[in-house]
Amino acid sequence: MSRALVIELLRATLPKQSLITDPKALKPYESDGLTAIRELPWLVALPENVPQVEAVVRVCRSHGVPLVVRGAGTGLSGGARPHKDGIVLGLSKLNKILAVDVDNCVAIVQPGVRNQAISDASAKYGLYYAPDPSSQIACSIGGNVAENSGGVHSLKYGLTVNNVVGLQVLTIDGNFLELGGKGLDSPGYDLLALLSGSEGMLGVVTEITVRLLPKPPEKRVLLAAFHEIGAAADVVGNIIGQGLIPAGLEMMDRLAIEAAEEYVHAGYPRDAAAILLCELDGVEAEVESNVAFVSQLLEEGGAYDIRVASDPEEQARFWLGRKAAFPAMGRISPDYYCMDGTIPRARLSEVLERIQQFSRHYGLRVANVFHAGDGNLHPLILYDANQPGELERTEEMGGKILELCVAVGGTVTGEHGVGVEKLDQMCAQFSAAELDQFHRLKEAFDPESLMNPGKAIPTLSRCSEIGGMHVHGGKLPFPHLERF
Amino acid sequence: MRTDTDQKDRLVEAVAEAYAERLSLQIVGSGSKVFLTEPTTSDTQARLLSLTEHRGVTEYVPEELVVTARSGTTLKELEQQLARAGQMLPFEPPRFAGAGTLGGAVASGLSGPGRPWYGALRDAVLGVEMINGRGEFLRFGGQVMKNVAGYDVSRLQAGAFGALGVLLSVSIKTLPKPAVESTCIFELKADAALEKLRAWARLPLPITATCHVDNQLSVRLSGSEASVSWGVEHIEGDSVNGEAFWSQLRNHEHGFFNKEGEGILWRLSVPPDTPLTDEPTMIEWSGALRWVYSEKVLTDWAREQGGYALPFNGDYRTQSLLWSNDKLHKRIKRAFDPAEILNPFADVVVDAN
Repeated sequence: MSRALVIELLRATLPKQSLITDPKALKPYESDGLTAIRELPWLVALPENVPQVEAVVRVCRSHGVPLVVRGAGTGLSGGARPHKDGIVLGLSKLNKILAVDVDNCVAIVQPGVRNQAISDASAKYGLYYAPDPSSQIACSIGGNVAENSGGVHSLKYGLTVNNVVGLQVLTIDGNFLELGGKGLDSPGYDLLALLSGSEGMLGVVTEITVRLLPKPPEKRVLLAAFHEIGAAADVVGNIIGQGLIPAGLEMMDRLAIEAAEEYVHAGYPRDAAAILLCELDGVEAEVESNVAFVSQLLEEGGAYDIRVASDPEEQARFWLGRKAAFPAMGRISPDYYCMDGTIPRARLSEVLERIQQFSRHYGLRVANVFHAGDGNLHPLILYDANQPGELERTEEMGGKILELCVAVGGTVTGEHGVGVEKLDQMCAQFSAAELDQFHRLKEAFDPESLMNPGKAIPTLSRCSEIGGMHVHGGKLPFPHLERF
Repeated sequence: MRTDTDQKDRLVEAVAEAYAERLSLQIVGSGSKVFLTEPTTSDTQARLLSLTEHRGVTEYVPEELVVTARSGTTLKELEQQLARAGQMLPFEPPRFAGAGTLGGAVASGLSGPGRPWYGALRDAVLGVEMINGRGEFLRFGGQVMKNVAGYDVSRLQAGAFGALGVLLSVSIKTLPKPAVESTCIFELKADAALEKLRAWARLPLPITATCHVDNQLSVRLSGSEASVSWGVEHIEGDSVNGEAFWSQLRNHEHGFFNKEGEGILWRLSVPPDTPLTDEPTMIEWSGALRWVYSEKVLTDWAREQGGYALPFNGDYRTQSLLWSNDKLHKRIKRAFDPAEILNPFADVVVDAN
């Protein structure tokens, strides 16, 4: 199949403005948020409606052309990196909110709708869409489904999979699957769950029904400073063990605090070894009593400075340093590499200690900024790519950290996805039989492997070739976006 | 109490052997849900694979909000252990006739009265250890809340009735038990009840269960003392102790589930604003779950409303799994179980190609 013929076929079905073939215009699509890994596709199709999506899928199926589906392109693992002999199907023009159904507390949206736009459209009814990945002003809901995105509030409100109730999915064979709906349960295998986080490997999501929740009337944000990072980690387990689930529970270590202070002057205590940010929401009386309870736990756990932000401005300031922590790193180091492992909370203190040991061993600084409440770590290894050998040391150390996450019962990716970035680490987490099972499942949907080929699940031969861990480096793109 | 035993090796061997011999296996737990899985011709020819001896909680650190247990562990035992640490299974699985195992609960995928607020059974599934139809031991997911490595094969097992694998152990998200629980009862007809529920669904009330039956609306509120008393005041209800009622409802011991001569009991999962019919109805989940006795087949009607109806009898499993009766379902089945030896549930032949 030649590129020219495919272009000709698509010209016949898509409007002129929905087809990009000029190499210069293709450039912005050569990578997603993982800009270190790039490839120019044959073409980019930007359909304006579902029948046009069908037309693109039909051409790919009939002529065996690889298909890479793309949302807003903010993903961090290369899930939307183009295939060099394939089509990128961009869903950004399918950006309509089809309905906000207040009686059933759901919204029906197209995949290109921005995450934040759903909450904005629901706000006048006192409702909102709970999952809030930090890139929510830019990322699309279709991409959220593909990655099963989390966010700062997933500890209490769940991930994308827990908040999506219906999907319309176009499979490569041209059939539409209607999964779930405005109700809650549906019969058959739970394909709704299977599609969530499937990284564009199983089908094209063409319509999404999400649950809307009533907005909590009150919230408070607590900031607690500790002299010992281990003490802060232990308090995290203690708060949850006491039966209280905060809306958010985040942690930053000394290096992260310093960098954030230099950058945005959030007013964080600079002498702290670690700070915890804890958001509590609910009705007024409940929030008040929880603030008192958590404050007591923080104090007993060794916090030497506890502040409570009641008004929105002060709350925003508390969060500012946390949300700006990643761009802040860019100011104290030429390069940094962001990781995404998840571990059981009880191992936090131990894992952070081991990361510090790795840091000393490799002579590389590590800053920790992460979702402590659900054990999702984002260690940032600071390095200078211009120093010979530093990138290699960074990669090796990154591999060690992910190995450690798997060894303590965790996972190599909590929320960023495997994409192309973590294919090698998948070899460490899964056995050959398990990887084989993934491939068989993929085959049930896409026997010719046309959808996002080569992503998410490594081939068995790749795993046997590497025979161990290897991590690719990558710089964080979109520095203006809030992250993680 | 019986002792915990690990039967993993025996079970892996049994499945591998059955695969080699192309022998069907009927996976059984306590048998409490056998009324939903009427035997078919192929069932009666199948060899029994009992999981009741593969039992015991293998890991439970309450602060992690996760428990891992072998699939033959009884729900009773599991929930008692959680209760001792002040926690619970968020999805309140039904225990029919007081029985049921963790594996059976996951396989049937049934969630209890708190489902819209605490999440469904599948929401709480974090990881599984299982044997596929080729006799391979596999692990998916894990013990952490956030995990996007590989396809979500763990949640795919929820409601699959063992057709995709023999569950060996399951890691489940747990929740702290609410400090306070209150129940308010209102004398209301069904349409007025639905109207109230619709209005309340838009407010941040600590509602965790609702049930309308026999012109009575019961509402459960749970959480901290402060939030529950605010909620009770807001809905203008009088607090009573409803513990026994919710337990009866959850375990289908309520009289409504045992009506004779009213026709088939249907379970309808529908949009909350689905209209009422004049058949005997019990409404849960703020309108999203309806139990209806009917002489008619409600399948198409429920589809028209944007939902699903399944007969809550021996046909339940078959109709659920053959819902779409399509090629994709069949191909997924064969991806896990190429010889189709696991829980063959019907003689319906579907061409997978």
